[in-house]
Amino acid sequence: MKKIRVLIAKPGLDGHDRGAKVVARGLRDAGMEVIYTGLHQTPEQIAEAAIQEDVDVVGLSCLSGAHMTLFPRVVELLKEKGAGDILVTGGGIVPEEDVPKLKELGIAAVFGPGTPLKEIIDFHEKNARK
Amino acid sequence: MMAMYDKSKLDKIEKELKQWERDCLGKSIETLPERDRPFITTSSVPIDRLYTPLDAKDWNYFEKLGFPGEYPFTRGVHPTMYRSRPWTMRMFAGFGTAEETNERYKYLLRHGETGLSVAFDFPTLYGYDTDDPHSEGEFGKCGVAISSLRDMEILFDGIPVDKISTSMTINGPAPVVWGFYIGMAENKGINPNIISGTIQNDILKEYIAQKSFIFPPEPSMRLIVDTFEYGFKELPRWNTISISGYHIREAGSTAVQELAFTLADGLEYVRAAIERGLDVDKFAPRLSFFFNAHNDLFEEIAKYRAARRIWAREMKETFGAKNPRSWWMRFHTQTAGVSLTAQQPYNNIVRVTIQALAAVLGGTQSLHTNSMDEALALPSREAARIALRTQQIIAHESGVTNTIDPLGGSYFLEYLTDYMEEETYNYFDKIDTLGGVVPAIKKGFFQKEIADSAYRYQKEIEENQRTVVGINDYATEEPAKIELLKMDPEGERRQINRLEKIRKDRDNKKWESSLDELRKVAEKDENVMPAIRDAVHADATLGEICGVFREVFGEYKDLAIF
Repeated sequence: MKKIRVLIAKPGLDGHDRGAKVVARGLRDAGMEVIYTGLHQTPEQIAEAAIQEDVDVVGLSCLSGAHMTLFPRVVELLKEKGAGDILVTGGGIVPEEDVPKLKELGIAAVFGPGTPLKEIIDFHEKNARK
Repeated sequence: MMAMYDKSKLDKIEKELKQWERDCLGKSIETLPERDRPFITTSSVPIDRLYTPLDAKDWNYFEKLGFPGEYPFTRGVHPTMYRSRPWTMRMFAGFGTAEETNERYKYLLRHGETGLSVAFDFPTLYGYDTDDPHSEGEFGKCGVAISSLRDMEILFDGIPVDKISTSMTINGPAPVVWGFYIGMAENKGINPNIISGTIQNDILKEYIAQKSFIFPPEPSMRLIVDTFEYGFKELPRWNTISISGYHIREAGSTAVQELAFTLADGLEYVRAAIERGLDVDKFAPRLSFFFNAHNDLFEEIAKYRAARRIWAREMKETFGAKNPRSWWMRFHTQTAGVSLTAQQPYNNIVRVTIQALAAVLGGTQSLHTNSMDEALALPSREAARIALRTQQIIAHESGVTNTIDPLGGSYFLEYLTDYMEEETYNYFDKIDTLGGVVPAIKKGFFQKEIADSAYRYQKEIEENQRTVVGINDYATEEPAKIELLKMDPEGERRQINRLEKIRKDRDNKKWESSLDELRKVAEKDENVMPAIRDAVHADATLGEICGVFREVFGEYKDLAIF
């Protein structure tokens, strides 16, 4: 079976990368192929990288509070570029009330603080494009 | 030199201890076995069942501890510590517009905080104006947006900056934001030479952990030394740097890594300033530090005590500083944001209390206590007030301020303090082998060490090697029900309008020539501060001034290591 390919990305100016790196490593240890963009990526750069790398999932991490602007923008760009089948997830400091709004805008799952790695791994195994 | 215990006493303790292990402990452990889970600190350091004088065999009081206010300052930097004055209660705050944050400062001051601390939003931290395309979605989210002198004036409107000190968490654009602050004081008719405060201005830990850098390391180090030099000449009461372990720890390091990397950074700044030809006893007294306070009470206290001892020794022995004020390490502490849980947020009040207690028992000079809601959003007014009250209760009710370094002499604490010190020197050796701090950053050494520790900690939680209440044990299904901070939805628009007005109203000739002058100074090796001050008074914005530096110095790109 083909390995699940995941792009972990940090959109915007936020520099908090602890969670993104832990998740990247956790997914890799679970047998997935993981690419990490590094910091300070624009939504355009992230969508571009997702298509170039032919990933199944894009995991967005944002702790600055800019998630409502940046996350849906990535979904939109992927759709525009004909890659709407790539699953987009998010994590970071996201108030509870923003979660349903993000889901409506196409974010498949939001992993807040304290989410076990296992839950994130299971989600990928169940939902990633095969 | 005088050891704490003579040989005959130690022999007796050793003999009695063996007997205790055989008879008393041996019997008890059969019926009441110890838990299976490892006995480790938050940083995964194994901890023994019991510590005795045997753990400090060659231990020398004067070498290790001395008295407070005297070398090596292990017990504290002041001879009276909190018996004269409690630490400065300095709450880190900032969100939305300067108006909203100004209101929060006045609220906190009314409720008894004794120092100010500015949190800037991400565009400000990266030297972008609010209307820059890079700022999209980030305005006022993680702190207050300050793009101009006018914003700084609004931020401190009605606040007596001649009487209260202000700390500003700003790094890449630190000289510019400091310029705004100085300009603000001048416009209030206050001579800058009497204002006091701190700029974080610690770029090395940005590359290592916090990641809000702008320029490459070399020009960044030059800007920092510029501020040192300008500071001791023009603003003698200002701390021109706050060498920070806080963010290193938040990014996932252990306590030892926090200590070792922070001190290594500190020593690097001292070397850079001496290389410029500055007199160590002129700038070193204005160096200050900033540490994290995590959950493990004793580990944290040991860290602060070891920090003071190592710094004093390095300044005196390695750099030959003569002024005792160059030897002492003064530091601010913030409780560990990363320890807060979004689940059952009220539990965070208790975590913060334990962490704040560690900082106080470790002899901090100032303290920020996190609010219980910070795993969800920026703190609400009420949550920030409870966090401040936590400090006041420790200061006035707990009794821990009555005596200095109350845990000094504890076998366990002294063992841990020595352990921290030893491990720190091991890291110093590793960093030296890599060619120093900047080469180690470029090789990704610190970044990798921190990522490894962060991952190990997460694994320990997932594998139930440690318990986090409300996360991997004692969890409840009910969602967090607390009122979160709401910001003015029109704030960004108002801030952009203000910027547009500043650009329209300013004297264009004066503005242009001030930026030309700044470029000239930046391209040469002159101190940039006077040119920044002129540009600030000519209403050049943060983005414009940093734009000049971006052109001259270039930008740094992070290594994407995980």
